[in-house]
Amino acid sequence: MRVIIVGDGKVGRTLAKQLSAERHDIVVIDQRAHVLRDSINTLDVIGIQGNGASYDVLAQADVAHADLVIAVTSTDELNILCCMLARKMGARHTIARVRNPEYAKPLFFLKEELGLSMYINPERAAAMEIFRILQFSVASRVDTFAKGRVELVEFKIAADSPLCGRPLSSLSHLYGVKVLICAVQRNGQVSIPDGDFVLQAGDKAHITAGHNELVRFFTAVGILQQKIKNVMLIGGSRIAYYLAQQLAESGIQVKIIDNDPQRCEHLCEILPHATIIQGDGTDEELLQEEGMENMDAFVTLTGMDEENIIVSMYAVSKGIKKVIAKVDRLSFLDVLNNANLDSLISPKAITANHIIRYVRAMQNSLGSSVETLYKLVHDEVEALEFHASATSRVIGVPLKDLRLKAGLLVACIIRGRKVMIPHGESVIEADDHVLIVTSNRQLQDLNDILQ
Amino acid sequence: MNYRMMLYIMGRIMQVEALLLLIPMLVAVFYQESVTAFLATILLLAAMGTLMTLHPPKRRSFYAREGFLSVALSWVVLSFCGSLPFFFSGAITSLADCFFETVSGFTTTGASVLTNVEAMGKGLLFWRSFTHWIGGMGVLVFVMAVIPLADDRSMHLMRAEVPGPTVGKLVPKVRQTAAILYGIYLAMSALQVILLLCGGMPFYESLVYTFGTAGTGGFALTSQGLGSYSPYIQWVITIFMVLFGINFNLYYFVLLRRWKDVWKSEELRWYLLIILGAIVLISVDIYPRVGHIHDTVRTAAFQVSSIMTTTGYATADFNLWPEFSRCILVLLMFIGACAGSTAGGIKISRLILLFRMARRDIHRLLHPRSVQALRLEHKNVDGETIRGAITFFILYIVLLLVSILLVSLNGYDFTSNTTAVITCLNNVGPGLGMVGPMGSFASYSWFSKLVLSLDMLFGRLEIFPMILLLSPSTWRRK
Repeated sequence: MRVIIVGDGKVGRTLAKQLSAERHDIVVIDQRAHVLRDSINTLDVIGIQGNGASYDVLAQADVAHADLVIAVTSTDELNILCCMLARKMGARHTIARVRNPEYAKPLFFLKEELGLSMYINPERAAAMEIFRILQFSVASRVDTFAKGRVELVEFKIAADSPLCGRPLSSLSHLYGVKVLICAVQRNGQVSIPDGDFVLQAGDKAHITAGHNELVRFFTAVGILQQKIKNVMLIGGSRIAYYLAQQLAESGIQVKIIDNDPQRCEHLCEILPHATIIQGDGTDEELLQEEGMENMDAFVTLTGMDEENIIVSMYAVSKGIKKVIAKVDRLSFLDVLNNANLDSLISPKAITANHIIRYVRAMQNSLGSSVETLYKLVHDEVEALEFHASATSRVIGVPLKDLRLKAGLLVACIIRGRKVMIPHGESVIEADDHVLIVTSNRQLQDLNDILQ
Repeated sequence: MNYRMMLYIMGRIMQVEALLLLIPMLVAVFYQESVTAFLATILLLAAMGTLMTLHPPKRRSFYAREGFLSVALSWVVLSFCGSLPFFFSGAITSLADCFFETVSGFTTTGASVLTNVEAMGKGLLFWRSFTHWIGGMGVLVFVMAVIPLADDRSMHLMRAEVPGPTVGKLVPKVRQTAAILYGIYLAMSALQVILLLCGGMPFYESLVYTFGTAGTGGFALTSQGLGSYSPYIQWVITIFMVLFGINFNLYYFVLLRRWKDVWKSEELRWYLLIILGAIVLISVDIYPRVGHIHDTVRTAAFQVSSIMTTTGYATADFNLWPEFSRCILVLLMFIGACAGSTAGGIKISRLILLFRMARRDIHRLLHPRSVQALRLEHKNVDGETIRGAITFFILYIVLLLVSILLVSLNGYDFTSNTTAVITCLNNVGPGLGMVGPMGSFASYSWFSKLVLSLDMLFGRLEIFPMILLLSPSTWRRK
């Protein structure tokens, strides 16, 4: 597909990298020549210097034949204008990043008129992701498949967990619950485990099942915690606003600490249910004074990665069960894995993932049958949802008789409203949705899982 | 630096060259000549190449430095390996001569050390001209079109190999861009072969002369030039020389029917204007000698196109022309053709840039506060491109002077030495005096031949990659 990306910032660069690796033709537009030069040198893309909302620049990028225009510059208005123009000039789909909450409602009404196929608000998306994790507090990450019927949950195995030292094949006997551990991360290495795999303390396991099965499993294993009742947020950013709103709606107490008096006042006006504290969120005394130790969860959302990481580590050391840190630069995350920080959220990565998911779904109509895609464990493992067409070669054959590629797992079969964790005798039927977990990238079709 | 990655690329290059050598070998088989020299080279290259690519490097990091070095190194490796058939067959006895001849082929120079071309086998002559065709469009660009090398970073390779002050891709993917460029190249070459066949030229000769024209090289099948061919054939070659001197991006625009972009190209306009002007001036100058108006124009047009596009074919011994015409031809050698073509020289777009900069700075003397942007092809040019053009020009002049000095050690006359260096550095082929269109480089010492070989590589790769290859600081571990 021909994709035009307007704005060569962090999100734009991530998108360009990922999409060009998936063999799309990428044109990047940005006003800053030096940034563009970097992209051209490191990625297999074309760069055009100029304003993405200018007719000439878009014409030069041959927008009339573009399948998708993604506007991710730092300015909302520019993004919207760019998408409108691109649509008028013949682009098939457009995606705009719009982060100002005040535009959320107008966009909802005007989506059609503006010619937007999708708009994404990175802060809101990040807030939703944090909210989902807080709901399932044992998990450090929660993704959903098949319209929410299947959940994919990442959790860390504690030293006192009964799961330690057991082969995976014995789990369903022991607990009588059908779940599937589809990827395990140990010492920075990721593996797709088979039945003989033995879990150890410190492993990060990715597990799939329906929501109810998961709850039963975690209860049986004895690690399901109490529902979270109060949360402390450090930094009153936009993410904090969206998150506080969500949390307040589901009746959770929110306390926000921010250093900027004006921001605090503003937050006070728009978040009547939250407690707003003006003060330095990195100040130990202030945190103590505001009762940090009694919090069920602690989320750091300041603009500084370093602050977020340090304060989160402090919170972990104080025994808070659920700590989430917002980190924008993902390059050094490996170092943090040892620091007991299990939940790290990057709005930019989330935005890029959302858009890539959309692109893959678009491609769906062009031959590939990927419905949703999630990246796990720093993008090393992919979980893909396929729709099994009647002509597929995998249909009607028991899984044990299929010659599957190495490092690949059929994690789940969804038939109608039924969610099935497959075993050797399971058969994929036409019209099923199949969840595949793999370390082999660039699966385009369900048939690709065969050797 | 990622040595293993570079080793891997060299291995790939050797494998590709082994494959390419199969073609002249088939020609040799067809004409029932000895194929042992080809076979030995092919086996050697295939074995070496396979050995070097046996373990693909795990670390595929590839930066500008590796890009430049890989390109420079592969041209040296390619030329050296390509010279082996000449050496093994004994057609050229000295290794320095073999190297000179092959470098001259790949860099599309067409300067020859052979005094008696007709004596060489048809297979070897085919290979000699085939190197023009390969080198014209760029070896790594070709390799990239066929096998993925360092996909994301391959811009570094392309930039180092494609001539011109700025290099842009036609489509987002490097591989596709390379494939499009080679497609255009192949189609135009095929057209020329057909047109030459229509003019009654034998198939073998049509191929050889097309290779020379397409790559703007200039190896001929006789040392007496092309004067004996019919006027039709001479015109066909003239027109195709001009066509292959045009930026290939413009042909892509033609395919896309973006006529306006082609029509508005400043470089193309200047290119055609200079050719036309030179033809008129030389025609007037040589008319008293030739006498016939049609012959005069044809001879002038052929020589001007040949020199301007740095091809180096000749239908007349311009060494014997009046001084004014000879001088024009030498100036044309410097100018060269368009960026992004197969030709050598400084390139018109770079010269336009340099002249505009000079004009701007003079203007600034009169109006010290004036602000002026530099534009090329209706677009603003950034400071880095301008700096690149100036640095190129300075290095070019220094290289020229140093080479002349070194070649002077042989003790021949000034005209021969100077034009020999100019013609090699600009990848033209013939010079004046001893190295004129009917002469050869045979009498120079091995040292001079080495200097001239390097000049050709410097000229073809536009100086920077070769400078990096030869400077110790590149190789020093930091």
